[in-house]
Amino acid sequence: MLLDVRNVSRLFGTKAAVDEVSFSVARSGFVGVIGRSGAGKSTFLRMMNRLTDATSGEILFEGRDILALTGAEKRDWQSQCAMIFQQFNLVPRMDVVSNVLHGTLAHRSTLASMFGFWPDDDVLKALAILDRLGIAEQASKRAEALSGGQQQRVAIARALMQDPKVILADEPIASLDPMNAQVVMDTLRRIHDEDNRMVIANLHTLDTARRYCDRVIGMRDGRIVFDGTPDQLTTGVARDIYGADASFSESATSTSIDALPSRGDDAYAREMLA
Amino acid sequence: MVDIAFGPEPGKRPDATAPGAAYLAATRRKRLYGGLLLVFFVATMASGFLVAQDRNAGGFIEGLHRLDDFPAEVLSEAWEKRANLPGLMWSYTGSLVETVNIALVSTLLGVLGAAFLSLLMTRGLARWPRLIPALRRVTDALRAIPEIVIALVLIYILGGGPIPAMIAITIHTMGVLGKLFSEVAENADLKPVEGLASVGATWGQRMWFGVIPQVAPNWLSYALLRFEINVRASAILGFVGAGGIGYELKIAMQWGGGRYDQVVAIFLLLFLTIAVIDRVSDQWRHRLVKGN
Ligand SMILES: Nc1ncnc2c1ncn2[C@@H]1O[C@H](COP(=O)(O)OP(=O)(O)O)[C@@H](O)[C@H]1O
Ligand SMILES: [Mg+2]
Repeated sequence: MLLDVRNVSRLFGTKAAVDEVSFSVARSGFVGVIGRSGAGKSTFLRMMNRLTDATSGEILFEGRDILALTGAEKRDWQSQCAMIFQQFNLVPRMDVVSNVLHGTLAHRSTLASMFGFWPDDDVLKALAILDRLGIAEQASKRAEALSGGQQQRVAIARALMQDPKVILADEPIASLDPMNAQVVMDTLRRIHDEDNRMVIANLHTLDTARRYCDRVIGMRDGRIVFDGTPDQLTTGVARDIYGADASFSESATSTSIDALPSRGDDAYAREMLA
Repeated sequence: MVDIAFGPEPGKRPDATAPGAAYLAATRRKRLYGGLLLVFFVATMASGFLVAQDRNAGGFIEGLHRLDDFPAEVLSEAWEKRANLPGLMWSYTGSLVETVNIALVSTLLGVLGAAFLSLLMTRGLARWPRLIPALRRVTDALRAIPEIVIALVLIYILGGGPIPAMIAITIHTMGVLGKLFSEVAENADLKPVEGLASVGATWGQRMWFGVIPQVAPNWLSYALLRFEINVRASAILGFVGAGGIGYELKIAMQWGGGRYDQVVAIFLLLFLTIAVIDRVSDQWRHRLVKGN
């Protein structure tokens, strides 16, 4: 078993943000987590990356309980388990390459990294990753000067720089326009397919989950209420997950280009993406 | 739909007319407090003046005319010996450099200490969040003790010289800048810090890459301002035996008549230096805060 999540809970005060969650993943896949806002999706991913401590439970990755790690071991796990955020969480005043190089910090001494001595190999690797993601020409710009979609790709580049076994993505496209959203999701899917890294992505839209995921987990009020393949994700099931009333419509949770009314935009997007 | 529009707790909704009234009430209260404060201030001033008048040997009012006797004496003597002034000023540059050096070193050390302290006592950034209240009290204490008190105690223990002055100013600077730095750091965006935490960066790396770039312009601006203040403090501490130009000034003044040209030379030198430092740091700070 690659990943085994056992009865993981997180309380904030007396309220359980994540409530006795269990599931397992046998081998690397593209897993989507859906659910309405407040369902506990972010809290779960943050516990996996150890940004937030769990209240109880175990997460076994390759047989080791990563919730029990501390100090250097915890940071080593974080380096194997990259995280991508909705707001990109780059250092805005630093250039793109530096931001990508931050992916290696867990394995660099504090002092050496503070003086900005990055090994040449790492710099070249960072540039190669930027090239792979199609943003090599932005390499020397400050991160804050880039568009949202470009910043998110820099964040993905930082994640790849970590050479992680798992990539966690917390609503990676929620702040992007449909075109950039598609570029970012395509990129995530590509690094799963090409590198065989496991991806767990919180997604706020059904159609994205259907299109990109091998497996979808639905959360509601901290619990898992659905676990299956994208085909099993019918409108009825979605209604249960989102707890929506009869007026629930899929396009309300959609950011896809296809769901937009204008065909002209669609053609333009395809042209840009080609 | 109606429920949603009016919120879950209808009772708690503020009265539509209330905001205006509440604002007016608050303004009136503020004005009242202001008035009270003024009365208190005037009363304290008056009573303080009476006390001073009582205690002063010769009486404050009677002594008032002497206020310009001394400067007049100093200036007239210096004017007679005005040819000496450039040479004297040159001869005191060594002491001046010592005074400025004390200020420079203690500002640098103080900034370093304050940077650490401030990060450790800022919520969301602190390495050990439980220590925040304790560290805040420590910083308050460092700030509360006047430099001159620390310097006097240290001179008593270590003897005169620049080291006690340096330590005294460093301690005070740490206290003052620690608080100001922390206020700046509180407003830092935590997203980059979290991004760095997610890759497994150490606390030092998170602060260095995630926080310092954000706060650097404001921190530097505060540090420059503090340097200006520390030059004055360093000159004053010379008076109590900490060396530098303040010490020379004290010797010259104690000597009384005959050395007033030296007094004037030292004052001129000090005045010029402080004016130059003020101007330069003013411009620099302006650029820093505007240019970010
Ligand atoms: N730091 C926190 N302090 C208190 N409550 C929190 C905190 N983080 C999340 N919560 C609560 O936990 C629940 C789950 O939040 P979250 O994991 O962000 O949900 P999602 O990402 O699915 O929108 C919400 O009710 C939220 O208010
Ligand atoms: Mg969330």
